[in-house]
Amino acid sequence: MQDYYEVRWHGRGGQGAITAAKILAQAAYLEGYHGVTAAPSFGAERRGAPVSASTRIARQTIRIVSQVETPNVVVVLDYTLLRYDEVTSGLVKGGWLVVNSRRHPKELDLGGEFNIATADATEVCSSLGLIVAGVTVVNTAILGAFIRATEAVSMASIEKAIRERFSDSKVDINLAAIAQTYKITKLGKVV
Amino acid sequence: MGTRDCQHICDESSPAVGEAGKTGEWRDSFPVIDQEKCLPARQNKPSCFLCWLYCPDAVVSRTIPIRIDMEYCKGCGICAQICPVHAISMANEAGFCRDKTD
Amino acid sequence: MNKKIARKADTWILDGNRAAAQGAKLSRVQVIAAYPITPQSPVTERLSEFVEKRELDAQYIAVESEHSALAVCTSASMVGARTFTATSSHGLAYMHEMLHWAAGARLPVVLACVNRAIGAPWNVLNDQQDSVSQRDTGWIQVYARNNQEILDSIIQAYRIAESIYVPVMVCYDGYVLSHTEMPVDVPSQEAVDRFLPRYKPHTILDPANPKNYNLVTLANPRINAEGVLCHGYMELRYLLQEALQNSRETIVKVGQEFGELFGRSYASMFWEDRLDDADVVIVAMGSLAMEAIVAADMLREGGHKVGVLGLRVFRPFPKAELARALEKSRLVVIFDKNISYGLEGATCSEIKSALYGSPARAVIRDFIVGLGGRDVKAREMADAVKRSLLSVNEGDLNREYAEWICAI
Repeated sequence: MQDYYEVRWHGRGGQGAITAAKILAQAAYLEGYHGVTAAPSFGAERRGAPVSASTRIARQTIRIVSQVETPNVVVVLDYTLLRYDEVTSGLVKGGWLVVNSRRHPKELDLGGEFNIATADATEVCSSLGLIVAGVTVVNTAILGAFIRATEAVSMASIEKAIRERFSDSKVDINLAAIAQTYKITKLGKVV
Repeated sequence: MGTRDCQHICDESSPAVGEAGKTGEWRDSFPVIDQEKCLPARQNKPSCFLCWLYCPDAVVSRTIPIRIDMEYCKGCGICAQICPVHAISMANEAGFCRDKTD
Repeated sequence: MNKKIARKADTWILDGNRAAAQGAKLSRVQVIAAYPITPQSPVTERLSEFVEKRELDAQYIAVESEHSALAVCTSASMVGARTFTATSSHGLAYMHEMLHWAAGARLPVVLACVNRAIGAPWNVLNDQQDSVSQRDTGWIQVYARNNQEILDSIIQAYRIAESIYVPVMVCYDGYVLSHTEMPVDVPSQEAVDRFLPRYKPHTILDPANPKNYNLVTLANPRINAEGVLCHGYMELRYLLQEALQNSRETIVKVGQEFGELFGRSYASMFWEDRLDDADVVIVAMGSLAMEAIVAADMLREGGHKVGVLGLRVFRPFPKAELARALEKSRLVVIFDKNISYGLEGATCSEIKSALYGSPARAVIRDFIVGLGGRDVKAREMADAVKRSLLSVNEGDLNREYAEWICAI
């Protein structure tokens, strides 16, 4: 657990990257971090187009509102986005790249000086039936991989944040997705 | 003594006769009412009063017969235009007219 | 008054637009008229939801333009309703005529301006050109640095506006604040009710006692039908200026009372950070004033004595106290998210005029930054300060125009 995290989320419009960024901020606040911010990449968003979002987590009030430049953690909801350089851009040495992928971290072969965590969140969510309007919703599940890799917040805080955000009928399925993804997350530490 | 004594903080007034000044001075023609034609006068009961309704300066009375306050009538002629029985016609102000024709 | 209860607040993680909507709701606004525009739209969505769910006893009046939105607010304010509207960019520009009207009629409308660049070319992202361009309309302008200040400023705005009958514009950066979530203490309705009394209009339209307001007013004073000497146009303009000139006292007093009740004081026209020993002062407005504190941290680590002055109230402009605050500084570095074409950034001009005739002798540097959503990083601000220091030390004291931080 560190005192300051900058997390950048990459997904496609409609996958819920922004919501995930917000849930993490809420969980971190509940965890006791005094300063949290969550922001989308600014501007118009289109379904299917690559989008990003960010979460900042700090012990003290956050005064930085400019865009995240050197994230400690990058979370990728759709592994096809890995082909774009900006996804891993600025990721600090020793940071974490968390990817929704069935592959093992070693197989991703990205060659950076950062650790990689992978989990097949898509498989977890489709088997649970976490599907909205035909799209498998992996944004909450991937939080399981995030906390497994970074240990930035506890499962208890994530659970509280999920309960605050979702209606009762949606809580259990999302919590199950997070727990299962946590369990199957593969860690590849390179640093 | 300045204008503070009025104690207004924006433009404010109560509706009153003569709020916009002596508008009768603006007149270059004046309404002439033919009481033989005017509906309320002819029928001797309240009716029509379109001139009263339309007058922008509220100088037409809602009475039988109707009366026009010439101190404030600015001679716009709307009453003459609106009258359904052509009971009102506009006549030139004598002074205004004489200067031109003499 | 039980201060303990008043301070009890829930902390919510809110974006700026939700904070603004909460502020309006807690202020028990009675009439809302707004037209959606990016990035303000979520404010109108949230408020219409509050009204729809009967969480807020207000009329939400759908309009076809921003001009009409403010026309509705001024009319409703005139007949005694507490009114709220919100807009951005082109929407604020479209309101321009009615902005003058609301101020001239002395109606305490509160408007949230979600700062966004103005076209051409089209741009939905943040700068402060929209509200700065409206600085001469007679509105008080308050700029928020974060989402807490948005909520708090809207509640205070009603107290200020309704005390002195001047409309108030609460400005906050589009996206940077409007779409960024952060912790916000949301005070209880009971506490806000104690802070904010009911609106008492100075204009009362009553069929039993009819009144005319804002009719054609001539150049000279005139005696009305009751024999009272009444203002001409110019006397009314004088009174508006007088109200703005004297509003400082109300703004600070309201900010102080807010602090006593809610634990967050706003008893000053600007925020001061480490000015006591600073010989270099960074000046900025809005969220940039917060990021500037991080820039000052960086510069202090490098041994520079740097402070930050965050302009909170832009109109009325706090001339005298600003000159005092900058008296000891050697260099003042201003960051403007706006430009008065052909001159310089607006806050730079205002600060220069505030210093004229004062003992302050600081060298002034102006940087135009962040137009149309260009990211402004603390690191870039720190670099600009270092560059300025270097050039000043080399004897380069006066620059005719502002420098731009861009790629040209």
